Parts: sequence; structure tokens; C-alpha cells
Amino acid sequence: MSHRSLLAILGSVVAALFLASLLVGPAGLDLATSIGGLFNGDNEAARLVMQEIRLPRAILGLMIGATLGLSGAVLQGYLRNPLADPGVLGISSSASFGAVIAIYTGLSAAFSLALPLMAMAGAVGAVVLIQLLSGAYAGTLTLILSGVAITSLAGAMTSLALNLSPNPFAALEILFWMLGSLADRSMLHVWMSAPFMVAGWVMLLALGRALDALTLGRDVASSMGIRLARTQWLAVLGTAASVGAATAVAGAISFVGLIVPHMLRPLVGAQPSRLLTASALGGAALILASDIATRIIAPGRDLKLGVLTAIVGAPFFLWLVIKNRRNVL
Amino acid sequence: MRHLILRMIGCLAACIGLTASALSAPAGGAPQRVVSMNLCTDQLAMLVAGEGQLHSVSYLAIDPEGSVLAEEARRFPINHGRAEEIFMMHPDLVLSGTFTGRATVALLKRLGFHVEEFPPSYSFPEIREQVRRMGRLLGRESRAEELVQELDTRLTQFPDSDRKNWRPLAALHYANSYTSGSGTLASAVVERSGLENLGTKLGLVGTIRLPLEVLVASAPDLIIGGVRPSKAPALAYQTFEHPALRAVLEGGELTSIPDKYWVCGAPFTAQAVGLLSAQAQALRAKRGTGK
Repeated sequence: MSHRSLLAILGSVVAALFLASLLVGPAGLDLATSIGGLFNGDNEAARLVMQEIRLPRAILGLMIGATLGLSGAVLQGYLRNPLADPGVLGISSSASFGAVIAIYTGLSAAFSLALPLMAMAGAVGAVVLIQLLSGAYAGTLTLILSGVAITSLAGAMTSLALNLSPNPFAALEILFWMLGSLADRSMLHVWMSAPFMVAGWVMLLALGRALDALTLGRDVASSMGIRLARTQWLAVLGTAASVGAATAVAGAISFVGLIVPHMLRPLVGAQPSRLLTASALGGAALILASDIATRIIAPGRDLKLGVLTAIVGAPFFLWLVIKNRRNVL
Repeated sequence: MRHLILRMIGCLAACIGLTASALSAPAGGAPQRVVSMNLCTDQLAMLVAGEGQLHSVSYLAIDPEGSVLAEEARRFPINHGRAEEIFMMHPDLVLSGTFTGRATVALLKRLGFHVEEFPPSYSFPEIREQVRRMGRLLGRESRAEELVQELDTRLTQFPDSDRKNWRPLAALHYANSYTSGSGTLASAVVERSGLENLGTKLGLVGTIRLPLEVLVASAPDLIIGGVRPSKAPALAYQTFEHPALRAVLEGGELTSIPDKYWVCGAPFTAQAVGLLSAQAQALRAKRGTGK
């Protein structure tokens, strides 16, 4: 299959799922009312449901999925490690911790951009910590153990911050920050996070050629004119900006960045640059599908999105570990 | 040393036996040292009890957010519903709810105390029944009857939910998108105010999650809620600011009824009916002139 037709197929799957995401919901609107509501129909209630509740949810599903798929592909290429993923490495949970600090101290109420900025700061902190702990040439085991340590620490700090809050609801919200959800998000969330996610994508997509060169080793890449310091900065900031903003509005969603590049790698050949766009589309499709499933499986129960991605993702992770056992041990 | 411990145990047993036997048989009349360990029984007891009859109320009774009689409650020693604390107060009657402090209630009963448990009231007939029961327990039947009369007089001030009249549709919207369906005090209050409760209309029972999408699609005439029980931020209140909810309100605000009027069913629950009834009449007038 040519690369072009792969992208076309993925693109149409994403478009179909985006449409489905707009049509599924507890309000049970029929098809005509839904589409009428989407384009300024006369039915005011349907218009609100479609434009203010379902549209932001679908847009966020698309963008967050793309962010997770793309950053997973970049991290796996840049760290040359098949188990790299923002969730596994603790980047998502550190971003969650940053967001929790911004919201529950009241900082984000005073200054709304504090939320994505603090989440990004958390994400940068995690990436820097991973590099310090495991170095640029880390083996798989070191990298994963660093990720486990960072995830536990960030999770513990999040729980601590929420348990210390005098608000009776805060402690219940630990669940949201660890598992993620897209329920009842609004356009305000889209406007707040989209610019950061798009900026992150631009940085990450610019890495294609560098990632291709890096498959030959650092020295060769360097001699081919790849500036390694610039590559590192783009990878760190691009991941932090996009994953940070995604986590700030939807909580930490794991395993998407892990599964998607692996499923698509055989289809694009061994070229990391080709994997980037494909993984972004694949991630979007996976999150949209999971979010539709949360609404179908348990409508009105607010099933967390991360529950579904983990049910699919954790066995997959296990399978990868077994497959890579020889390299790991 | 062993001797000392045995003596202590002996004394403890004797003391408990003494207290329990002395207190379980009050001198043929009304209890004179009543301890309440639940916000709702606190308030009922304060309303019904005679001078000097009530000894202690729970710490929740002095919180003005949840308690209508917070000022009044300051006159009493406060308890936190712990068995040890209540034991030391030597009550001749303990009042508790049926849902909270189950272990404490079981322990107090084992120690021989007279414990009376009150379930939450879910309707106006249940409020009347509980006031009368409190009256019987405290030997203050006539005071209880007075309070029931007071509730009924206050309720008659508000037009009854006339089925022929248009009843505006009201959505109850609490933190985390919860609402109250049938069988709840909140829905009884809403319906007694001449409004139709969305939760009941949708066939919901009890206090349950209502997705924002369903609320918005039902296009309610007013939304009751938006009460934040704490000043500290939480995501639980996020939907109060959601653009879709704001659009349903058409620039208006959420109708908030202070929790204290209907977290417990009592004669003062009529206040909540008064506030909502005024809203219902305003909506009817608006609709009347709007056409």
C-alpha cells in the first residue's frame, strides 16, 4: 500500500469517527435534528447540544488523540525505544500534576492560561527528569523504570494535593486526573488548549528528517547535517506543549502513544518520518472510538476514557515487553 | 500491677452498668438530658425540646451553611458523634440519623443507651410525622402540633401546585451534574412550588447523575442549583459555567436555594417552597404577558 493511500484511509476513518462522535450522546437526538442543530437550525436546544457540547468534545477527542499518537511516534523514534510513550514515561501524569496545582490553588481562576502553562511545565519537568535519569542512550529497562518512578511520584503528588484540598469533591477528582475524560468539555477548553497543541505538532512534525537520520546513529546523523541540540529541543518542547495542553483539559490518557505507532509501523516501512502523520491520524481515530465507546457502554455513568485505553493498551504493552524480552533483559 | 488492671476493669464494668441502668429508666417522664448526633435531629430537637431538655447537638448544627438554627445551636455543647464523647455526656436519650454513625449507634445501644433513629424525610407528610414523633419522644406533643400547624400555615400562603395551571419546567443541577428525581425531598419541594421537576419527568428516581446534554436538550424554564459547598475550587462545579448551560439561562443566573432549607426536612423547608414559588409565579407572569 502506498503511503498516500494509507493516509487517505486513515483520514477517512478519522472523519467517519468524528461524525459518529457528534451523533452519539445521552440526549438521543435523531439524525435530522442533530445535523440541523449543527448548522444553526431553528431548534435552540438541539443547536446548544450540538454546537456547545458535542462539537467541542469531538474536536478535543481528535486533537488529543493526534497529540498522543504523534508524540508517541516521535518519542519512540527519538529515544530509539519501542516502549516510549508519554503515558508510560510519566509525561502525562506530570502534566496532570501541574494542572492540578493550577486549578486547586485557584491560580487558573485568576489567570486562565495558567492551566495549560502549568501542565506544560509539569511535562517539561518529566522529560528533563527522564533524560537526567536515563541519559540519551538509555537501554529500554532504564527508560521504563525511570518512567515508572516518575509516574508514581507525580501520581502521589497529585493525590496529596487533592487530599489536602478542603473541598469535599476534590479528592474524587483524583480519578479524572489519572484516567482522563472528555465529558462536558466546552469550546472554552478548545480555545485554551488548541494553540498549544498545534504549536507542539509543528515542532514535532519538523523532526521527520532528523528522526530518519538518527536511525543510522548520532554520529552519522550529525555528519548528515542534523543539528542534534536543535532536534532535542524540538522533541522536548513539542512533546511538552502538545501533551501538556492535552492533559490540562482531559487528564492523563495512557497507552495511545504506545499502541498506535506500533500498529502502523509495518504499514509505513522502517522510515520514522512517514510514521509521524500516520500516527497522528491513528491516535485521533483511537481516542474518538474510545470516547464513543464510553458513551455507548455506560451512558450517564461518566466512564473514564483512560479506563478503555488502558484495557486495550496494557495487554498490548505486556505483549511488547514479552516480544522485546531479549533486548530488555 | 495485675491487681490494678483487674480493679480498673472491674470499675469500668461497674461504671457502665451503673450509667446504663440509671439512664435506661428515666424517672417515669420525659428525657431530661438529650444528645443529638445528626444535623436533622439536631434541628428538630432544638425546635421541639423544652428549656433544659436538650443537652448537646452535633458540630454540623453550628455551621450556618447547613443549619438554619446555627445561632441557636451555639448555646449547646457540641459533639462529633463519637461513642466515647456521647458516653461521657450521660444522655438519657440519644438521637441519630439512620445513615450516619452506624458503628457508633450500635455501640451506644450495646452500652444500654436509649437511641432513637430518624430516617431522612423525603416528603411533607414525612416531615409532619417526624415532628410529631420528636414531640412524643420528648413529651412535648403540643409543641410538635404547633410546629406542624406552623408548617401548614406557611405552605398555604403559596398557591398549591394547581394541575390546570402551566407548571414551568425546573431542572435541579448540583455539583458533578447530579439531579434529584422522584422520591426526594427536593422534588417534593419543587413540585409543591408549582413547578415541574425535570428529574421526575425523565423518570429518574433518587439523586442521580443527569448528563448536561440531556438537561440542555430538555430546555428547562429555570435551573435550580449552583450552590458551592466550599470556597476551594474543584472541577465538580465546572458545568455551572458551561456555555451551553449559560445559553439555556438566557443571561439569567442559576436559581440557588440555600442548602440549609432542604438538606433536612423541617418546618423551615417552607422557606425553600417560598423562594421557588416566587420564581414560578414570575415565570407564569412573564409567559402571560409575553404572548
